[in-house]
Formats: sequence, structure tokens, C-alpha cells
Amino acid sequence: MAVVRIAAWLEERIDLWPLRHFIGKKVIPVHRHTIWYYFGGMTLFLFGIQVATGILLTLYYRPSGEEAYESVQFIMTDVQFGWLVRSIHSWSANLMVLMMMIHMFSVYLTQAYRKPRELTWVTGMLLFGIVLFFGFSGYLLPWNVLSYFATKVGTEIAGQFPLVGHMLMRLLRGGDEVTGATVSRFYGIHIAILPALMTAILSLHLFLVQKQGMSVPPAIERAQRGQSMKTMPFVPNFLLRDLFGWFVTLGILAALAALLPWELGQKADPFAPAPAGIRPEWYFVFMFQSLKYIPAKIGPFDGEVLGILGYSLGGLFLLLVPFLDKKSTMGEPNPVFRWIGIALIAYIVIFTALGYVAPVGK
Amino acid sequence: MVPEQDEQVDHGRRTVNWLLGSSLGVLFVSIFYPIVKYLVPPKLAEPTTVSVTLPWKLAELKANSGRIFRFKSLPGILVKTSGGDVRAFSAVCTHLQCTVQYREDRQDIWCACHNGTFDLNGKNISGPPPRPLEPLKVNVRGDQIIVMKG
Repeated sequence: MAVVRIAAWLEERIDLWPLRHFIGKKVIPVHRHTIWYYFGGMTLFLFGIQVATGILLTLYYRPSGEEAYESVQFIMTDVQFGWLVRSIHSWSANLMVLMMMIHMFSVYLTQAYRKPRELTWVTGMLLFGIVLFFGFSGYLLPWNVLSYFATKVGTEIAGQFPLVGHMLMRLLRGGDEVTGATVSRFYGIHIAILPALMTAILSLHLFLVQKQGMSVPPAIERAQRGQSMKTMPFVPNFLLRDLFGWFVTLGILAALAALLPWELGQKADPFAPAPAGIRPEWYFVFMFQSLKYIPAKIGPFDGEVLGILGYSLGGLFLLLVPFLDKKSTMGEPNPVFRWIGIALIAYIVIFTALGYVAPVGK
Repeated sequence: MVPEQDEQVDHGRRTVNWLLGSSLGVLFVSIFYPIVKYLVPPKLAEPTTVSVTLPWKLAELKANSGRIFRFKSLPGILVKTSGGDVRAFSAVCTHLQCTVQYREDRQDIWCACHNGTFDLNGKNISGPPPRPLEPLKVNVRGDQIIVMKG
């Protein structure tokens, strides 16, 4: 068989034994939380879809204030299957953020960040930030009304940071205002800078996961003390299950893209008012909704500055959680951190829902 | 080796280390300084005009309405109150810079982004905006409307 011959040809030249040995040895623990192990791989699969469809979109997209909207319109209407490629890119982006959130919170709640996996968690959180920035920068590229105001607000939020805010805002916008220069800049960020960062950090993240194997939740470790953990081989048992999940996701993506193609909306007009009912992508809605409720002034401070500092502190807390949660390092349960996680999820879910149902009257 | 020689060698090593270290530092700075400077967008010259003649005649505007116009590089809003007064403000919301609009039914100025409202004097009356809208001066010459910095 050709495959066997190629493998033998390679084996003669490169020693593949360590790789085969590693693959043969890799196992996945089987317990009642095994389901959560699939979400990292699912996020990775959707990232692959993003890379593939993203490369295809670059062939027709033109990053400037005059041409961006028209080029996306061209992709959607004239290019064969352009509507499919763009819709899959948009839907897959959203599903990827969702899968990443599930992955992150499942890792958090099963305390998989504890020693010795602190670096895996930290690199994961950096990837989380990069993916959100991917979403934010990609959202502007069609240069429509919604994306224009979302970018205006988003970069203005960056501008609220004490000391460095204004510089950061100009750096992001490529000037004082959101213009065609911002589109060019976001395009560069979206297709070159972020992919480079993502590749480097994702490689490290995956290397650490392979090196250290899957974490078993402490409660299960305690319950199983003295007994050997039930496992399944990664190849082929877990990998086939992974592939099945990816195949189903691909079907869902195709169905979403065909039945609910991603809309393009109206072209951005810097001299038109923000339309009623405007809101950012769903994964920013909880922050957007909170900003509506924060009063203009809290003591001597501007409300939004405090709000933004609060989010930064929240992000910093998540980034550093393996170093803050000392108990889990010793394999002890830590209900405080568990409840913080649950409260965080509840806050995100409630405020996201409010963003869609709370009345805002025109 | 006698201690004095030792000290000399140490001194020599420190000097070489310092030279190597600082030249590496200079190399580093000479590479990254231009990159950082390149990333900072250049300041563009602001249009110097201080007044703008609006493209609409006074008679075209109905009472209790508002329109957005271009004032330098930013949007402005012109409001004709139900009493017939004509007022103009910067249309940039003082919260997070969205563009505001006039609401005829409530006779106020509203920002759709975070639900901030301003009265017809530009004062922030509800929601998150921390400051009033920047007022602009309106001059009516015949049927022409001229707006300038207040």
C-alpha cells in the first residue's frame, strides 16, 4: 500500500519512533467530566476553518474606506460561492468564541489551571484575548454602519485608560477618528499581526497540553485515590470522537451559512446618527449592556472609566487565577473560586440576555 | 594570580560586558524606535475653516426636527425646536463618541449606543453621558444657516 511505503521511506530517513511512541502512549482519562475535553479541540477546528476561509476572503477583499464595503458586496453577490465563504467565516468566528468560552470556563470550574498547568492556563487566556481582538478587528472590515459604531465605541473605550489611553486609541484608529485608515490598520492586525501571535502562543499551548496530558478534576482524583484511572487511547478512540464532533460542526456551519447568510447591512457613514437598536457582537454585549447602567459620575470619577478599569481587573484576575488559588495547588477544594466562576458566568449570561431583551426606546 | 591582577581582569571583563551590553541595547533601540514611531499615525492637518454654511435653507426645516451635518471632520446636529428656535451642537456623544440623533416624539437628543439623552440645550439629562454636548453657534443670514464654533 502507498501509505505503508511512504511511511517506510520516511522511517528510513527520519527516526519516527519517538512520535509513534508518543501517539501510542497518549491516553485520555475517562470520568464524568470527560465531555469538557472536547471543547479545546473544537475551538482549534473552528480556528482552522477561520484560517482557510480567511485566506479565501483576502483574494477579493480590499481594505480601504472607499472599497471595503463594495468588495464585500462583490464577494457576496458576484463571486461564485462568495456568500458561502463569507457566511462560514462569520458564523465560524462566532461559534469559535462560544466554544472557547465553554472551554475556558470548563477548565476554570474543573480547576485544571492548578499546578503544574499554570502556563497552559496563562497561554490559554492570552489566546482568549487574541481571539476577542480577532473578532473586534474582523467586525470592522465590511465597513458597515454597525461595525463603524462598534469600532468607534470600542476604540474610545481603549482611549479611556488612564495615561496611555489616548495614545492607544490613536494607535488603533490610525488617526484621531475611525476612518478608512482604521480599516487598513485593522486589516493588517487581523490577517498578519494576530495570526502571527496566535501561531506562536497556540503552539506553546498545544505543546504544554501534549507534554502534561489532560488534567483530572481534583474531586475525581480524590474519589479515585488508590485506584487506577479509567482511560481511553487518544488514537484512535478519542480522535475519532473528536472527528465526529468536527464533522457535525461542519454540517451545522454549512446549514447556518445557507439558511441564515451573514448580512452586510448599510455602508458606514460617519455623518449619520447611530441607528436605534445598535449593539456589538454578542460576546461583547454583556460589557456593552453594563456600560449603559453605569452612571455618568461615580464620586469624582467618570463612570465609564471605572467600568473599564473593573473589566481590566476582572481580566487580570482570570489571567492570574492559578497563582491566586493556592488551595487547589494542594489538591484541596476551593469553593470561593468555584463561586466566583459561577458568578462570572451568571453575570455574563444575564447581562447578555438583558442586552437583547431590555427595552431601549426610540 | 595576585589580587591586584585579579581586580584588573575583573575590571576588564566588566568593561567588555558593559560595552557588549550597551551596544546590544543600542542595537535594540535602533531597531525598535523607528518601528514604534512608524506605528504612531501622523497628525493630519485639521481643516482651518471655523464656520460652515449648511446645505439646507432655513425654510426647508420643519419645526420639531433635527439634522446631522458635517462640521470640520466631525458630525454636528442642527435642531429646530417646536418653538422655531434653531440650535446646533456637536453630534458626538460625550460618553463614547457615537453620533446622536433628534427624537421628534420626545423632543430630545438621543444617543442610540448606550441610551444617553440630552435636552435641547445640549445638557446631559439621563443615561451615561458625563458632559453636555458641545454647543455650536448658529447665524441665520437671510435663508442661509451658518454654524461656527461656540
